[in-house]
Amino acid sequence: MYASLLNYPGNLLGQFERLRRELDDVFGVPDLPGSIRSVTPGTVPAINVGRTPASVEVYAFAPGLDASKIDVTLDRGVLRIEGERTSAIPDADAQVHVYARERGAGRFARAISLPDDVDPAKVNAQYRDGVLQISIARRESAQPKRITVQ
Amino acid sequence: MSDNKQMTTPSAAGQERAVLPAVDVFEDADGITLLADMPGVPKEQLELKVEGDSLLIEGCMQQPTPEGLEAIHAEVRVPRFRRGFTLSRELDTSRIEANLKDGVLTLRVPKHTHAQPRRIAVTAG
Repeated sequence: MYASLLNYPGNLLGQFERLRRELDDVFGVPDLPGSIRSVTPGTVPAINVGRTPASVEVYAFAPGLDASKIDVTLDRGVLRIEGERTSAIPDADAQVHVYARERGAGRFARAISLPDDVDPAKVNAQYRDGVLQISIARRESAQPKRITVQ
Repeated sequence: MSDNKQMTTPSAAGQERAVLPAVDVFEDADGITLLADMPGVPKEQLELKVEGDSLLIEGCMQQPTPEGLEAIHAEVRVPRFRRGFTLSRELDTSRIEANLKDGVLTLRVPKHTHAQPRRIAVTAG
């Protein structure tokens, strides 16, 4: 089930899409159609967005945070995630040698615009295993309805 | 924060594609500490392997997803982390401690007691 969130649905050009991704892995080309608030790939936290008939699901991959200090706001269709991560590396002194410092620390913020049909009154956020999952309900009018034929 | 690009490890035969987790590595007098970002990986899906002087960290993401979920934007597309390290002789691999919390793996590899630095007293004579 989780796989659906990691890959775009298969299409006729699926093979080309896969090849393109592999090339992107090599050359690091930003490969998604960009929204105005989009950022360079590699920006932390990485975000995946998925949709079901009833909700929009946002997954922010932000490990090592204090859940109570993550700020999530939804204002006029823009979802904003802010927080701060403290470095685990002790202050440099003669006793400590640092070999790798790849995990970023400091403040971060990301914003994404949500589809128009979300209901800002029904938002639910949960932090688990370093992933922040925000679930925003879609309005009833946007949900598929079965129409009885008379 | 970090510029953790989605670098993938060269896939050897029979291995699934995986992303290199971002790490911090630092050493103090008693050992080496390694922190690795592995968001979405629960404890049950984490695998640590020590063989001789090589250490392999591998983890698979697992997140609850509602039924019928379809992706509209995906920055994380490879649900697996993998990274290997070569250890050195003075490290005591039998006493490695590992802890996984909020998607961050913390590994502590202590040095053999005989490898820890000692101050050698110089006696005047």
